[in-house]
Amino acid sequence: MLIFIIYKTILVLLVFLISLGIAAYSTYAERKVAAFMQDRIGPDRAGPFGILQPIADGVKMFMKEEIIPTVSSKFLFILGPSLAMLTALMSGVVIPWGGHLTFGGQTFPLQITDINIGMLYVFAVVSFGVYGIMIGGWASNNKYSLLGALRASSQMISYEIAMGLALVALIMKTGTLSLGQIVAQQGDGLWNIFYQPLGFLIFLICAFAETNRAPFDLPECETELVGGYHTEYSSMKLGFYLFAEYINMFVSSAIISSLYFGGFNIPFQSHFGFDGNLLSLLQVVFFFGKIFFFIFFYMWIRWTIPRFRYDQLMFLGWRILIPLSILNILVTGVIMMRHEIFYYLSNIF
Amino acid sequence: MPITQYIFFFLTFVAIFSAILVVIDKNPVHSVLYLIVTFFALAGHYLLLNAQFLAAVHIIVYAGAIMVLFLYVIMMLNLNKEIEPHKKNIPKFAAVIAAGVFMLCLIALLTNAQKGMLPAAQNENIGLVENLGKVLFREYMLPFEVSSILFLAAMVGAVFLSKKEIN
Repeated sequence: MLIFIIYKTILVLLVFLISLGIAAYSTYAERKVAAFMQDRIGPDRAGPFGILQPIADGVKMFMKEEIIPTVSSKFLFILGPSLAMLTALMSGVVIPWGGHLTFGGQTFPLQITDINIGMLYVFAVVSFGVYGIMIGGWASNNKYSLLGALRASSQMISYEIAMGLALVALIMKTGTLSLGQIVAQQGDGLWNIFYQPLGFLIFLICAFAETNRAPFDLPECETELVGGYHTEYSSMKLGFYLFAEYINMFVSSAIISSLYFGGFNIPFQSHFGFDGNLLSLLQVVFFFGKIFFFIFFYMWIRWTIPRFRYDQLMFLGWRILIPLSILNILVTGVIMMRHEIFYYLSNIF
Repeated sequence: MPITQYIFFFLTFVAIFSAILVVIDKNPVHSVLYLIVTFFALAGHYLLLNAQFLAAVHIIVYAGAIMVLFLYVIMMLNLNKEIEPHKKNIPKFAAVIAAGVFMLCLIALLTNAQKGMLPAAQNENIGLVENLGKVLFREYMLPFEVSSILFLAAMVGAVFLSKKEIN
């Protein structure tokens, strides 16, 4: 029991630190990718190739003067970015990062907890993520902040529906809500992307909208809303909001790769002859490779595709993605029940 | 006392405390936030009863969707003390008396209730999605479908109400 608790604590801390580390270096990667796309050099002053840039940014954030508007509710003003950070970090708990390690006859799964409602848990955390933005925007006591918060939250709520419906089709196919089992099912057979291409596309678009990333980054709009919901924020509280976005990107990349791209499974892994701890570690490396690809994909999209107008965003969410995802559920159901349907039809004719 | 009992008392305290604050806090936005805290405490109670699915759905639907809409309305109206309409005393008294009578009824009901064991002790898998789905789609198929039609009607009604009139 003690070993169990120590092991889980270490794992939680590890996932926490890795999330923060990857989020920090995502900011560096974002600027480098942007520079590459625009034929520039990007940050190159702090350390070799500018590799210390995230640390410099972090120190800068901490050192900046902290301003709390006097007329706003101070507690809620601080609660906003804290909630954004909390909900961003919470989903990492159910993601399976690899197989399991064996030490001295005891197995240690590389997943903090495999609850059987894993996907619903992620969904509950995502739907709770709206509050960090809404509370922060309202507590700023600023019209631009409030409008930015309303934009962000209505966008998140709208795309949550299509996201949930896209997931329903996947859950129909896998028959389980547990992320560990969904990943395990993809170990031998095909990845879920081949069974659910349309569902994947819808999920991907919604993930972009949920993380407020381009082309759906409307909550932040210099010409209309100044900085959006974080207009009034300064110092590390602003840093929390910006950081939460990068952690969300990391977590959603991990979830996309576990749901649709086989998670930590390496293709043809049973033919390589690796086993035990070596295979598990390779799986972790491979999984992070997939995650990094999707983080890069987020950036790639951001620096190549122009953003939507707000009415176009709502049109896409409500009138294209939701009907498409319902169609996806219908098609999935028909394909799953094809034998029964053929049987009934052959009885009729 | 097992640890679940401590958790139960803690959650109950949080639920009741924040529920009282929902009523007595002057600021409507704070009231909504306290209501969200209450919902979280209730979700914790569902977890203690092994109803994991219900807990997750409770948070997704109530805390994640309905309360967001509440917050929307209150934030957009920007209710505060200056523009709050002054209520007359008679409705206040009526509200207090009605709530008091309701509380008396609840106390009278609950004093006779059995102090049964937690269902958790009886069946651990009672609240899993699989079991819930089997019960819903086998034993309660008709009520389930009827309630889905009710939801559909509500949805169509909401769309119809928000639609601009076309002449």
